[in-house]
Amino acid sequence: MAARWITSSLLSRSRSASSRALAYSLFRKDGSASGIFRRFSIAAAIEEPISPPVQVKYSQLLINGKFVDSASGKTFPTLDPRSGEVIAQVAEGDTEDVNRAVIAARKAFDEGPWPRMTAYERSRILNRFADLIEKHNDEIAALETWDNGKPFEQAAQIEIPMLARLMRYYAGWADKIHGLVVPADGPHHVQVLHEPIGVAGQIIPWNFPLLMYAWKVGPALACGNTIVLKTAEQTPLSALYVSKLFLEAGLPEGVLNVISGFGPTAGAALASHMDVDKLAFTGSTSTGKIVLELAARSNLKPVTLELGGKSPMIIMDDADIDQAVELAHFALFFNQGQCCCAGSRTFVHEHVYDEFIEKAKARALKRVVGDPFIKGVEQGPQIDEEQFSKILHYIKSGVEDGATLVTGGTRAGTKGYYIQPTIFADVQDGMKIAQEEIFGPVQSILKFKDLNEVIQRSNKTRYGLAAGVFTNNLQTANTLMRALRVGSVWINCFDVFDAAIPFGGYKMSGQGREKGIDSLKNYLQIKAVVTPLNNPAWL
Amino acid sequence: MENHRCNGDGKESFKPPPEIKFTKLFVNGQFVDSVSGKTFETVNPATSEVIAKVAEGVEADIDLAVKAAREAFDHGRWPRMSGFERGRIMSKFADLIEQNIDELAALDSVDAGKLLASGKTVDIPHCLHILRYYAGAADKIHGETLKLAGEYQGYTLLEPIGVVGHIIPWNYPSTMFLMKSSPALAAGCTMVVKPAEQTPLSALFYAHLAKQAGIPDGVINVVNGFGATAGAALCSHMDVDAISFTGSTETGRLVMEAAAKSNLKTVSLELGGKSPLIIFDDADVDMAGEICVAGSRVYVQEGIYDEFVRKAAESAKSWVVGDPFDPNVQQGPQVDKTQFERVLSYIELGKTEGATLLTGGRRCGDKGYYIEPTIFTDVKEEMRIAQEEIFGPVMSLMKFKTIEEAIEKANATRYGLAAGIVTKDLNTANRVTRSVRAGTIWINCYFAFDPGCPFGGYKMSGFGRDLGMHAINKYLQVKSVVTPLHSSPWL
Repeated sequence: MAARWITSSLLSRSRSASSRALAYSLFRKDGSASGIFRRFSIAAAIEEPISPPVQVKYSQLLINGKFVDSASGKTFPTLDPRSGEVIAQVAEGDTEDVNRAVIAARKAFDEGPWPRMTAYERSRILNRFADLIEKHNDEIAALETWDNGKPFEQAAQIEIPMLARLMRYYAGWADKIHGLVVPADGPHHVQVLHEPIGVAGQIIPWNFPLLMYAWKVGPALACGNTIVLKTAEQTPLSALYVSKLFLEAGLPEGVLNVISGFGPTAGAALASHMDVDKLAFTGSTSTGKIVLELAARSNLKPVTLELGGKSPMIIMDDADIDQAVELAHFALFFNQGQCCCAGSRTFVHEHVYDEFIEKAKARALKRVVGDPFIKGVEQGPQIDEEQFSKILHYIKSGVEDGATLVTGGTRAGTKGYYIQPTIFADVQDGMKIAQEEIFGPVQSILKFKDLNEVIQRSNKTRYGLAAGVFTNNLQTANTLMRALRVGSVWINCFDVFDAAIPFGGYKMSGQGREKGIDSLKNYLQIKAVVTPLNNPAWL
Repeated sequence: MENHRCNGDGKESFKPPPEIKFTKLFVNGQFVDSVSGKTFETVNPATSEVIAKVAEGVEADIDLAVKAAREAFDHGRWPRMSGFERGRIMSKFADLIEQNIDELAALDSVDAGKLLASGKTVDIPHCLHILRYYAGAADKIHGETLKLAGEYQGYTLLEPIGVVGHIIPWNYPSTMFLMKSSPALAAGCTMVVKPAEQTPLSALFYAHLAKQAGIPDGVINVVNGFGATAGAALCSHMDVDAISFTGSTETGRLVMEAAAKSNLKTVSLELGGKSPLIIFDDADVDMAGEICVAGSRVYVQEGIYDEFVRKAAESAKSWVVGDPFDPNVQQGPQVDKTQFERVLSYIELGKTEGATLLTGGRRCGDKGYYIEPTIFTDVKEEMRIAQEEIFGPVMSLMKFKTIEEAIEKANATRYGLAAGIVTKDLNTANRVTRSVRAGTIWINCYFAFDPGCPFGGYKMSGFGRDLGMHAINKYLQVKSVVTPLHSSPWL
């Protein structure tokens, strides 16, 4: 492990034509791809965490425009995944705090200026918020890396700029939410009003704290709603920081309330609340089921769910193998493997299987694991002890089930939650590592013979979030893109996220879509207005 | 006259006219003289004095501008950027306009006689709003995937149409410039703008700000000049892909003819109107009085006719006409001598045709192009003052009895730009709304423009729409893409 003194291939990845969008975001700051990635010791990097260039300014709950302690006065520690040490004590929200936040949001919706101002004014505030995000980009990115463990460069060059991009995108929608005027079968004038749905409860995960924040908060605010947002207990810090900037941008008090806390307490209170009109959740499928159940048992609030996946990456024998290896690597290992849409079942055509394994191994061995604050590091620690243990447990199960461990397989270093980039070959469909979401840097490679077989095996899962397709054959691409029962198909690319591209799952990967125009529907009520026409000129 | 505060003699100017920074043509990112070196004068309508000499573009200048726009479209960055990137630059353009709002309002005031105060607080902020609306629209131009009858995968791509010519009028120089250019910019087009010869100044300033904002050279070109030369050259140009014109119906016809005779470029026309305002017996007469300042044919139901006539006359008499730099003034001068004389000749015509002059009817003061707010009663449908666009402060009042009669009279015109309805009755409002053949209906309001609300005409008021997401369609081509499918699990 310590012998792996390696240079990053972040550079080469970004140059691959098919991830142009990503490359653009990666290097937009300096406009070039000329970063120099120096060699360094993984062990050293891991043992002595770099002191983050940022302070924790906000650790209380944000209710009605003010930072406040929790009703109970309780706090919980948020930990640095590089070391397991405490970053800060954070106010712990529970039922009473959620109640207070909902009251504030309710009041802001029922009586406040936000839903009543023009959409243009709302869009100006969202755009001002984006300006402030850009101004504080590196500070926000540092906070995100500290709390989450993701590479600082990834946060600073992709995720925080994407947060601003998403806010500008939704700012542009605010004044373009048009309903239809509907032709009726008779003398009636019918118009459809799209009204804000009310108080939105939003529960976001820890893997992309601020991107998930943007996916939820952006459309809800553009449509004129008010919000109670519960952040993940692992990563409460960045949402508090940027929400303060939202207030600075002119967001009225009570419109966006942020509760730090745990799922069974704060999350459950929000999902069960009788005065919350809408719930949006991103997280695991098992928690998603509970959320839906709580909504059903309380006020039947509509729910959007963006849940787990076991997304296939399909490498056909006519694919550009080097490109496919690089993108399959990226699809799985990006963000420490902690992506709901990770390409976690890599199906490789038998004709190119051996070559693929060899090259995938070489690529994994080159992966730079280390302190995420160091330039050039591709992989930081996993989020916490629980995930870390769970992933190691899955690796053990892969070995026990008879998959071939090609590389990796253990923790990296002795401190924090680092795991070696791990590859299993000869994985069979029935193995646990091929069926369950691992959410870590573990790539499972499976062999297939023909198109129909791979379609069938790809779809043979309860999940349906995303898929990658690697082929230069147009007909194969067309067949696969329609046959795969998933919400996103990336053809010769992966993880291309743009504000305008809808994202969400088929089957048990969720309900509804986020981003794009489709996301607005989640936060709108539809009102049909009908009135008779007397002697109209036309119908 | 004696009731009017007509200070249009130019003695009392509230603010010195702004410094005129830009008077040349703007081609390929540079301010340049015209090829011929010729210039023309632009005049302050409040004083009849020359403000500046402006470079006069003709065919040769249009050629250069189209060449620059063509190059910027065929090989430049603008159509190749993402919509989001274009939107960011457009947002910056809006910010720069906001920073220069005083100067821009002053330019329109001195050049077009626009009220300075409303320029600063209404017109230019409205322009900003339009530009920001389209900045946010640039990344929301969606094609569609199609359900086809056969085993085919089909989808549409919406592509920028190419080089666009915009010919804009003098009545709202800033609004028209941004109403035309913003959706074209969002779509990824490049353009040549010909402002009205009466009001070239603010357009040049906008071009300068666009460059500062980062809009690449050649994307926006401004050629000042006259319709018969520069305008005609633009409409006939073989390398211009679309033309968008706002102006009179007679010129619109020439624009369309030139397009037909050259490369069949697509045309959109926003032309004249003779918009009816229909005031029913149940109307709030005070509200109707406020709104009626905008209508050129005002139909009043017989039950409130007499009361309305009295109030309209009072309202017209208290209307403050004067120096547009004065914040208390409600009406400035007409834009130029030609328009001024045209309006006065229509007033004479109205008298000759037998209409009753209720109030006004004369010029205001002895300097500049001011005209008294003028109202005619006893106007008949067939009179020319009821049929033709006067484009001045002259209202024709007419009486009607029934809703059917009002609808018939409202539609008895070749125009169909807009209409106003004043009533409290829902059924009346709904019925008239659907019955009047006009592109915009304002119910209990008038001139309620919004960036999201399409505007354009039926009949000889033109075709195509400005504003709203509809306007972007004018600047897009639709490409249908079809490819066979084999063994698709669904169709």
